This record gives sequence, structure tokens and C-alpha cells, in this order.
Amino acid sequence: MSATIIRNGCVFDPLNGINGDVLDIFIRDGKVVSSLTGAEQRDATIIDAGGKTVMPGGVDSHSHVAGAKVNAGRLMRPEDHYKSVRTKTGITHGGSGYTVPSVYKQGYDYAAMGYTTVFEAAMPPLEARHTHEEMRSTPILDMGAYMVFGNNWFVMRYLKEGDIEKAAAYVAWMMRTHKAYGIKCVNPAGVENWGWAKNVRGLDEPNIHFEVTPRELIRGLAKVNEMLGLPMSLHLHANNLGHPGNWEIARDSLMITSGIVPKNKSELEWAETKESARRRQSVYLAHAQFSAYGGTSWRDFCSGAPELAGYINQVDDVVIDSGCVPFGPATTMTGDGPAQHDLYMLTGQKWSNTDVELECGSGVLSLTYLKSSPVHSVQWAIGLEVMLLIDDPWKTIMTTDHPNGGIFTQYPQLITWLMSKKARDDTARECHKWAYDKSSLGGVDREMSLYEMAIVTRANPARTIGMAYRKGHLGIGADGDVTVYDIDPGKLNLNDTTALTARLARPDYTVKDGRIVARQGEIVAVPEGRRYYCRPYVGDALEKEMLSDVKDWFKYYTVGFANYPVPDKYLKNPVAIPVNKPLEAEAMVRR
Amino acid sequence: MAEILLRPKGSIGIMVEAEVISPNIFAGKNKAEIEGLLVWQGPVQLPLGEFFDVDVRSAAGLPERARPEETSILIEGDISRVKRIGQGMKAGWIEIHGCAGMHLGAEMAGGSILVQGNAGSWAGMGMLGGLLHIAGSAGDHIGSAYRGSWRGMTGGTIQIDGNARSQLGGGLVGGKIVVAGNVENFCGIRQSGGLILVKGSAVRGTGAEMNGGTIAVCGAIKQFTPGFVETGREENPKLGDVQLEGWYAKFTGDYALGKNPKGSLYCREG
Repeated sequence: MSATIIRNGCVFDPLNGINGDVLDIFIRDGKVVSSLTGAEQRDATIIDAGGKTVMPGGVDSHSHVAGAKVNAGRLMRPEDHYKSVRTKTGITHGGSGYTVPSVYKQGYDYAAMGYTTVFEAAMPPLEARHTHEEMRSTPILDMGAYMVFGNNWFVMRYLKEGDIEKAAAYVAWMMRTHKAYGIKCVNPAGVENWGWAKNVRGLDEPNIHFEVTPRELIRGLAKVNEMLGLPMSLHLHANNLGHPGNWEIARDSLMITSGIVPKNKSELEWAETKESARRRQSVYLAHAQFSAYGGTSWRDFCSGAPELAGYINQVDDVVIDSGCVPFGPATTMTGDGPAQHDLYMLTGQKWSNTDVELECGSGVLSLTYLKSSPVHSVQWAIGLEVMLLIDDPWKTIMTTDHPNGGIFTQYPQLITWLMSKKARDDTARECHKWAYDKSSLGGVDREMSLYEMAIVTRANPARTIGMAYRKGHLGIGADGDVTVYDIDPGKLNLNDTTALTARLARPDYTVKDGRIVARQGEIVAVPEGRRYYCRPYVGDALEKEMLSDVKDWFKYYTVGFANYPVPDKYLKNPVAIPVNKPLEAEAMVRR
Repeated sequence: MAEILLRPKGSIGIMVEAEVISPNIFAGKNKAEIEGLLVWQGPVQLPLGEFFDVDVRSAAGLPERARPEETSILIEGDISRVKRIGQGMKAGWIEIHGCAGMHLGAEMAGGSILVQGNAGSWAGMGMLGGLLHIAGSAGDHIGSAYRGSWRGMTGGTIQIDGNARSQLGGGLVGGKIVVAGNVENFCGIRQSGGLILVKGSAVRGTGAEMNGGTIAVCGAIKQFTPGFVETGREENPKLGDVQLEGWYAKFTGDYALGKNPKGSLYCREG
């Protein structure tokens, strides 16, 4: 029996409608409770949060922190590790790396910044073992990984044949086999073409051999997602990413899923919340900044964020994460092989590329975003525009698409820009003039409140990915993950931007499952996190039929069928979320 | 003025990482303070006094008052197992009567270092300014970028009276490197600016992936880099403030890197 009390903090808990009210938070055995007995209170760890900001632990719903491409980034960038070093302490490992830190350093750095839950945004099935190995070694954080399906041979084949049930059966089996949490779709149909040095340019352009279009894949995978009833919606990395004028294809892609009703069929106990903790969206657009470009070439490049935001403001079934660009060194890494090649041709930087057999691809490139660069300055502006021009914060999530647009340790700087127009104006003055000339950011007066910050860094990422049954809020039964910032909401000075960033970067306390893990940037406890994955089911007959197809094509793989699954031992503290339980699934027979 | 004399106490086992040996750090410190500065040896931190006898002399006034530019460090003895001496120094003077270890003067921005003996690899890595003079020979990666980086030395001067080994001036962006003797492989790889002058010969890969700046080789190049194209010949070319004598063939490259490379390679004729 262990208990923790966070006393007198100004609590920001949007899913429970709590906006800066002075409250005590009680945690017993890792869960938030309404009260503690007198005896429990006497033995409890007490944190005095008087005059301080208290939020649920941070949730990052889109980050690249585990797996083969992250490790490729580490291997090809020794210069990234040379000056960014964390020395070991009595309880922590040493580590290094700035844009692509070692797994240990990642865990510590996230926790020291007040984050307790981080999801890896792209796990190729064949690299699932590697991804789980790295997650297993990441300290403190609760994690999970989305699996890449948008160019998978089986998915493309079934969707081309119009056999959505078999596609669902395949996805369900793959998620159980590789312990994946959600469906990621990267440049649908395009990455398969990349095997032939080509890409797709339009939503209705069929790809080579499979002759399936991006539209068919997006619609098909979104339908599969809701047929199975996964906790999170389809997570989409749109076509034509990183190219001028791509906001239109991004908008058109988001229209494809309209009308699909979100259904979460996970069997879970939901912690208490005042607002609905269930997702509303049927599509979650990844790193909107990279998909919100205007113009027709890099010469007349400009922001397309106002247009993209205009569409999202009209609909209720879309959530985006921003993929902001806070300047400085980055390592771009994505399953979008052709997009990375275009970036290589543009910059001439170090580049690596991988073809993942029947499943997907990937590219990695080192890059530094410069304030002196006209294009980078506009990218900075677009990243903030997508957050500020979409009116409802429940449609946005703040990320840098770590380490693509920037590094997760730059989140405090990002928050400062979102909360302070002065901070944006100060930076714009240091940038190339395109920053304000080629975007609408200069005319945006909106300054996000601490309540809104709690939405875009906690409540909404948790709700969007279906983790709000326990994360992203402090309702009764929620995980005892809490961040205490040394910020007095009553005395918030948005003009002292340096101090605000520093206080956000080093919370007074990060509490995970009721236990203090970080104190003013110092790691004080290293518990093991949980690994979440979904176990969706379809009917046995359907699965059997699908598996015979899989076994037939397995001859094209370089691994044997028996060696394909990720064994349980690769997961530390696994939490399997049952979805669409077999009994219910019996109803889902073919046609 | 303050002069600090360091004498190694004995032979050093595991190499010592002594970036604290720098005028910027020694300036204004007394003997005890200097002896107490911590250096890494493998996994442990030890005081500098474990490895060196320290003697502080002051020409006028108290050494505590000396600024970095008034601080000289004199090291007497073989310190080829001491790394990072003068790393990041901005002013002052270091003179080593003996051989120096790796990373000597790495990222130095000002001041001077003179080594009477040889210097290990990575001397002057990513140098920003100042003078690094190696009277003996030097190892690999002198004045180059750190592994994986394509931006190396940006300013200052490195002078080597003996030979240097491979990857001299890798990723050179600015500044000048002069080698009186020979170099080995990939001298000036990925160079984008600055000047490398080799008075002796080179082996192979000279100027590979070069995109700017100038290399001049007065001796022979054993295996010429294939991506270079001859653009003419010049008599007594003047490269920055360096005046060469005799006839030189001028090449442009490296066309292996791109369509319009701006690197110049001068080779002395016959």
C-alpha cells in the first residue's frame, strides 16, 4: 500500500473540466482516488504544489523512439552523440545523442520533462522485434507502437479485391502477432512504387502491380479500423508529404474517411471523466506541418495551413498532430522512402534507405533547420499555424514528429511560442522574412492558455489514441501520472519567455503511478513502464482462410513463418487490450 | 602574466581526458586549485595533481589576477597519453616539450599551441581560430570534422613541420593547414573552403568529395582522384597569403560529388 498526495496545486485537467482550480490529488497504489484514510494520509508522500501548475503526465502520441530506423539514425550520426551526453548516476545508465538519443537517455529526458507516456509512430512488422527490444530497454515510460500497413502486400491485395473482411482478419492477426497498438498508414500506395523508383502523385493514381489507389487504401484501412473497433483511429501520413502545394491532397485525404463512424470495441475499465474520454475522430493526421504546404515549387513556397485548417474547422472527425519545426539539428526518419529521397536530392545530406520486403520502406536523413533559411522559416510558421488556426484544441496535438521536425526536448520552447505572441514575434525577427511574409502567423493573436496546453499535450493525445481510459487526465481510477510545474498561473508572465521555457523544461516533479520519478530535471526513480498492444479478433474460419493466403506468399519473405511473430518475452509489463472479442466476432462472418 | 609548469609524475596507464589543461580554465587559479581540477581516466574522475606536478609562477603581481591571454602553460615531458589538451581554448599559450596525445587543441578558438614533438590524431579537430604548431609529425584527422560531420575546421592555422597521416583537413570549411612533409590518404576529403598546402607528397584520395576551397600538393600524388578535371596551368600561384613558386597544374573537382563542384587542386609540375 503506497499513497501520494499532491496538495494545493492549480490543477489543469481538461477531460474533467478542471481549469486551474486549487485541489488535492490523491493517489493510492498508482491510481487516482477520491480520498485517503487518515492512516494512509500519515504515511503518504506529500508534494506541496501550492502556487504551482499541476497537470496529468504528458502523453506523446507521435514520436520516433524505437526500432530499426531510429537505430539507423543513431548509427549514421556519431556527430549527434559527441556533445550530448548524460553521465550515469547510482540509478541511471549513461547515454548519449541529441536528435536520436539512446533508449535510456530518451526515457530519462522524457520523464525529466514531465512526460510519462510515449507512443512509437511507425513500426514495420518485420522490425517489430527490434522495436519491442528498444521499448523493453526504455526506462520509466509507458509505451506502444503503431504498425505500418499502408503499403503491405496483403492489405493492398485484399483491398484491391474488395475483400475488406479478409483485410480486417489480416490486420487483426498481424497486430496480435507483432504486439502492435494501432494502424499507421504511410504514403499509401506510394512506398510500394518506391521499389520501382517511383511514387504516386494523386489519390486516384493506381500503383504498380497491385493497381490499388491511395484512396482505396485510406478508406479500406479506416473501415478495417472501425470494423475491428480499435482504441485509436487510422493514423495517416498523407501522400505527397514534404512537397509544395500538398495541402490539397492532405485535405482530400481527410475527406475520404468522412462518414465512417468511430467505434471503440476495446474491453476496458474506464476511469471517471466529466467529458467523454472516447475518440471522436475516424482519422488522425500525422505531422500536419509537413502536409500543409502551399505554392507550386520551392521558389513560390508558402503556407497552406490556413486552407487545411479551414477544412478541419468544419468537420468533427479529424485530429491532427502538428509536427512543428523548432529549428536546430534534426534527423528525419519516416517510412516514406520516396519523400526522404526527394529531401536527399534537395539537401545532399547523409541519407539511408531501406526496403522492408513485402511490407513497407523507410528513409533516414540528417538535417539542420536554420532560421536563415527561407523554407525552414516558413516550416516553423506552418507548424505553429496548424496549432493556432484550428480553433478547437480537441482537434490538435502538439508534437515535433520527433526527431523529424525537431527534438522532443524542444517541446517547452514550442509551448512558449503557442502561449506567447511576443515569443513568436521575437523569433520571427531572427528568421528569414519569409516566416511571416509567406504565412499568416504574423496576424495570429491567439495565445493558448495553460488549460489548452493541457489539452494538446495530455488530454487530447490520450483521447485520440484511446488511452484516455487511464491516461491524460486525473479522474478517479486514472493512472497516477502527474506533472508539477513551478508555474503560478496567477502570476504567469508571458513576456518572460525564457523563464517560461525553462520552467516547462524542468518540472518540479514528474510522478509516474504515484511515484516521484523526476525532481527538477533529476531522475530519482527508475520504474519499468508498461507496453500496450491490441488483441483484435475476427471469426476463426475467416482467419484460417486468410492465413492460408499468408502462408502461400510467405515464400517471398526472407524469414520463416515460424520465426515471424514477436514472442511475449520481448515485452516487459505487457498490457494486452482485448478488442472485438472472439464471441462477438463470430457475428463477423463473410458477407 | 602567469606561467604554469606541468610535469608528468610518471607513466600514465589508461589515457587521461584533460580538457581542463587550457589557459581559459587555468587563468586566475592558484597551484592548489589547478591541482584539484578533475580529469576523467576511464570511468573515474581524478584530480589533475594525481598525474602532474604543478608549479605556478607569476611575473608580476598575483597569478590569481592573470587573464587567459596572459596565461602560459608549459608542459615538460611525454604526455602522449593525455588527451584534449587546450580543447576549446580561446586565448593564451600552451607549449609542450614532448609529444602530445589525441584531440590536442580540438575546437580551439584562439591563442596558440606549440608542440615540440609529435601530436596524436584529431589535433585541431573542428578548430575555429588560433594557431596550432606541431614541430614533429601528426596522426590522422588533423584539423578535420568529428566523425560523421561534414563541417570541420572553420578558421585558424595549423602548421605541421613533419608528416601527417590520413584525412587531414576532412570537411575543412575555412582556415589554413600547412604540412611541410607528406600526407597519406583522403587529404581534404569533403573540403568546402579554406586552404591545405602539402609541401611533400600525398598517397590517394586527395580532395575526394571536395566542393570548395583549395588544396596544393608540391610533391607527387601517388593515385590521383578520378573526379578531378584539369582546367589550366599557373606559374607562381598565390593562394590566399601563400605564395607558391614554379608551375602548377590546376584541377577542379570533385565531379563525383556533383555537377558543378568548386574545389581547386593545384599540383606542382615535373
